[in-house]
Amino acid sequence: MALSTVLETPGAGFNFENATRNAALEGLFEGGQTPKPLKTGTTIAGVVFKDGVVLGADTRATSSEVVADKMCEKIHFISPNMYCCGAGTAADTEKTTDLLSSNLSIFSLNSGRNPRVVMAVNILQDMLYRYHGQIGANLILGGVDCTGNHLYTVGPYGDVNKVPYLAMGSGDLAALGILEDGFKHNLELEEAKELVRSSVHAGIMSDLGSGNNIDICVITKQGVDYIRPYQESEYKDERKMKYKYRSGTTKVLTEKVVPLKLEVVQETVQKMDIA
Amino acid sequence: MEKHYTDSKVKGVSTGTTILAAIFDGGVVIGSDSRASIGGEYVSSKTINKVIQVHDRIFCCMAGSLADAQAVIKSAKSHLSFHSVQMESPPLVIAAASILKELCYKNKDELQAGFLTAGWDGKKGPQVYVVSLGGMLISQQVTIGGSGSTYIYGYVDAKYKPNMTREECLQFATNALALAMGRDNVSGGVAHLVVITEKGVEHVVVPGDKLPRFNDE
Repeated sequence: MALSTVLETPGAGFNFENATRNAALEGLFEGGQTPKPLKTGTTIAGVVFKDGVVLGADTRATSSEVVADKMCEKIHFISPNMYCCGAGTAADTEKTTDLLSSNLSIFSLNSGRNPRVVMAVNILQDMLYRYHGQIGANLILGGVDCTGNHLYTVGPYGDVNKVPYLAMGSGDLAALGILEDGFKHNLELEEAKELVRSSVHAGIMSDLGSGNNIDICVITKQGVDYIRPYQESEYKDERKMKYKYRSGTTKVLTEKVVPLKLEVVQETVQKMDIA
Repeated sequence: MEKHYTDSKVKGVSTGTTILAAIFDGGVVIGSDSRASIGGEYVSSKTINKVIQVHDRIFCCMAGSLADAQAVIKSAKSHLSFHSVQMESPPLVIAAASILKELCYKNKDELQAGFLTAGWDGKKGPQVYVVSLGGMLISQQVTIGGSGSTYIYGYVDAKYKPNMTREECLQFATNALALAMGRDNVSGGVAHLVVITEKGVEHVVVPGDKLPRFNDE
């Protein structure tokens, strides 16, 4: 007699139970919206403070439910006075920011001027609008130039907004809560860093797609301070990363030597030319 | 950000808005709310600027998809500036409106954006033009647009009078925006108003808590 608590071993071959279950579910919704698979992402945040801009991001990159990269770099270099946080499709944010960075370097060399944040934003907006949302990049661009300290957001469809503080990614709502509560104009450096850190931390705690460490990037007129990581995850694993065992770890119980009988079938000599 | 999308007709950030423009004696008032939303549920910005200056005495209000509207206005600004340099004189308000109309009409299949254009020029004085979604261009004395406008047609029809004073018109515009923001979920934030006259341009921003309150609030 099989007890109800005994685990059933799976049968041989492929299991299409989920497909029939999905079809049955769809029937339940009667043509309405079926539940969509969960997509996870990131938490990025930015704050304008008295002397510049602080950007923050988590470092988790996910591929469905698996963490693909625990130390992913989400704050991308654009120019010596500008950095960009990217949320959305990782490849899209990487390439878009790379392209922007190259274009701005060329511009700098040609014109002899340092690029302005508005210029970077306009270039991003033109490019993303041209692709009508096909490039899944949600970007927070922050920088300091001769006109002041700026923080902009660019969406995947090409909409731009200039803001004093912002959070994006799947953990944005949690992070935004902290930012809304703690933000004031003209914060000091340490206050701004702490605000960004705690908002990204809130995103990490409340969202499955965000996690691991927190990176912080401080941009001021004097220069850039890229602190990676600013805060390490409390749940670090202690891997030794060494898989060599010293000799004698495994005891040799018996030894048997069998000489192999080999016949020489063909012998060729090739002279090596050392010139 | 996909969790924010529902079956909204506008993809991405929508301005789902209330915009209005009205002519008074000697000038024109143009104004909007400041809310940008995604999917009709998430407010992505409480302080988005929808009243954009396209020339010294010409302003435009945008409605619809934020990305489309910003892109069209950028292009229109550049065209208008070039036109003005060629003509060696400040552009007429109808020129700005026509440029927007051309862009909206020629690209009507790809765009989801509508505009109000208001301004002052030396030829016809204060004017207001509407460029709707498909590219229709008409001139009106007072006009409202956006999703929140449906709630204030009655108010505007009843309360607008031609040749008001500047103060009366500002009060009328503020009241209209406040009423619409009070009923429409995708309009809100602050009221951005711009007063354009021959002498110059004045920005008036009314924060949410200073907006006029009505009997059930």
